[in-house]
Amino acid sequence: MVDAVLESSSTGTHSRRQRLADILFRGTTQLFACGVLVLLGAVMLSLLIGGMPAFHAFGVSFLWSEVWNPVKQIFGGAPAIYGTLVTSLIAMLIGVPLALGVAIFLTELCPPLLRRPIGTLVELLAAIPSIIYGIWGLFVLAPFLQLTVQPFLKDVFGNIPLIEFLFRGPPIGIGVLTAGFILAVMVLPFIAAVTRDVFMTVPAILRESAYGVGCTTAEVVRDIVLPYTRVGVVGGVMLGLGRALGETMAVTFVIGNAHRVSASLLAPGTTISATLANEFSEAVGPLYIPSLILLGFILFIITFAVLAAAKLMLLRLDRQAAK
Amino acid sequence: MTLYTRRRATNLVILTLSLFATGLGLLFLFLILGALLYHGLPALSFGTFTHATPAPGNQGGLSNAIYGSVVMTAVATLVGTPVGILTGTYLAEYGRGSWLAPVVRFVNDILLSAPSIVIGVFVYTLVVVPMGHFSAWAGSIALAILVVPVVVRTSEDMLNLVPSGLREAAFALGTPGWKVVVMITYRAALQGMMTGVMLAVARIAGETAPLLFTALNNQFSSANMNGPMANLPVVIFQFAMSPYADWQRLAWGGALLITFAILFLNIGARFLANWSGGSTSR
Repeated sequence: MVDAVLESSSTGTHSRRQRLADILFRGTTQLFACGVLVLLGAVMLSLLIGGMPAFHAFGVSFLWSEVWNPVKQIFGGAPAIYGTLVTSLIAMLIGVPLALGVAIFLTELCPPLLRRPIGTLVELLAAIPSIIYGIWGLFVLAPFLQLTVQPFLKDVFGNIPLIEFLFRGPPIGIGVLTAGFILAVMVLPFIAAVTRDVFMTVPAILRESAYGVGCTTAEVVRDIVLPYTRVGVVGGVMLGLGRALGETMAVTFVIGNAHRVSASLLAPGTTISATLANEFSEAVGPLYIPSLILLGFILFIITFAVLAAAKLMLLRLDRQAAK
Repeated sequence: MTLYTRRRATNLVILTLSLFATGLGLLFLFLILGALLYHGLPALSFGTFTHATPAPGNQGGLSNAIYGSVVMTAVATLVGTPVGILTGTYLAEYGRGSWLAPVVRFVNDILLSAPSIVIGVFVYTLVVVPMGHFSAWAGSIALAILVVPVVVRTSEDMLNLVPSGLREAAFALGTPGWKVVVMITYRAALQGMMTGVMLAVARIAGETAPLLFTALNNQFSSANMNGPMANLPVVIFQFAMSPYADWQRLAWGGALLITFAILFLNIGARFLANWSGGSTSR
């Protein structure tokens, strides 16, 4: 349509110039869009190439080797990978129920007038930078956990045979449990925001019919809202998991940076991101930096898989809602 | 009757728990802000803004760190914003029906949540290693990479909110396509895209991980973009982890500054978005 208008215009060179500008503009935007894809590819490729020397030296056993010896230049990723997974697991165990509670409160319980302010306040929790959580965790939360929560946990669970090993050792405040706890607070707003949004996609008529036959609010949530939004909720949880896995500064402050796999949740440990943050700029030797980059590559692959799964689930819900 | 009371009781328990969860979330927000004010306010003075970071035991401020953070954030925003807006333009204006747009959208959403420390490693291998030294340029590039996904996301959303009638009216007058986008659509979506940029600035202003091994840190005042440069997040990290009480005090002061700047930007962006009738949720 536009072309027809341009072709019929009397000033031929003018219209040709405009059409050229059109193609140029469109091409530029397309180029930058491709740039985003290139960026992802470049990140993966550079990490892979950077980590190659370590992979050649240690092979696949890098994944389960526990040694981390910069002096002898022998490195294994197990403590960092284990720490990453365990802290994120703790974060999910604490954070997901809380986030679901917030979402239920915001969609079912909250007076409409307060819905926005409270939702915004919870979202502001997500705006606080990671390093602030770190400094707060180190100086405020860790001493608090050390003096109250950890002795309590030891008293309650320390004598139960099968889970006793989780709470061995002195309560020193910093460690895997504290890191998981901080992560739980950090992922809470992300999961709560997505869950609230998907809860909102439930057609009002479904909800109202359930209330109409006499369901309580809890039953509406359990039997109507959750089954309808299952995929979206899982997507939101995975989104939070992706954040927790890659979270760096908050964890670095409170995890204690110890390269060993210990079963106790009270013991210090490390994560991939904390290892990178603590050691990268001071690493020397032929295999130290490549080992760290290899860890970074592993982290990127794990988070990529988790985030991609989350995204696909949320897309599926969008399509369902569009129907 | 017992069934009825049991259902009532379950309902009450679940609703109380959800109220409790929300209260806990808000409690954390206020605990963190309270701790920042409690520890940070006494550490701030006029000298904080005029003196450079001190050696342990000496008097000093954060002027070089504040300068570094402002400069690197500005450069990163200036580089990242046009890239993000052009990509967002492609997704919203030209992407319909192509295979490229959904793929770019998907990848962009993943980059939005990707661990920022990995971006730091990427820039380290790409910029720091070839240059042979840490530099403020490398830090700015790492931050710019983090700006792009945020701006892409918001500008696409905001451009999609512009009514098609506006575009069609402009086309009907014989306006060339690029002029429609630049002079009509951009202008209509300007406020929304501004909120995107503000959110991006808020996102990178507190980022520490990608700067640790790109811009590094600098004990002294330096305006040299080609060398290591002090910046607030990394200074907070080093000073808070140090055993010196006066360094820890400065770390709290810096933390207070950065958090309130970011919260201010966030709330400002929300007001701007509401005012222009858009939504920036998710």
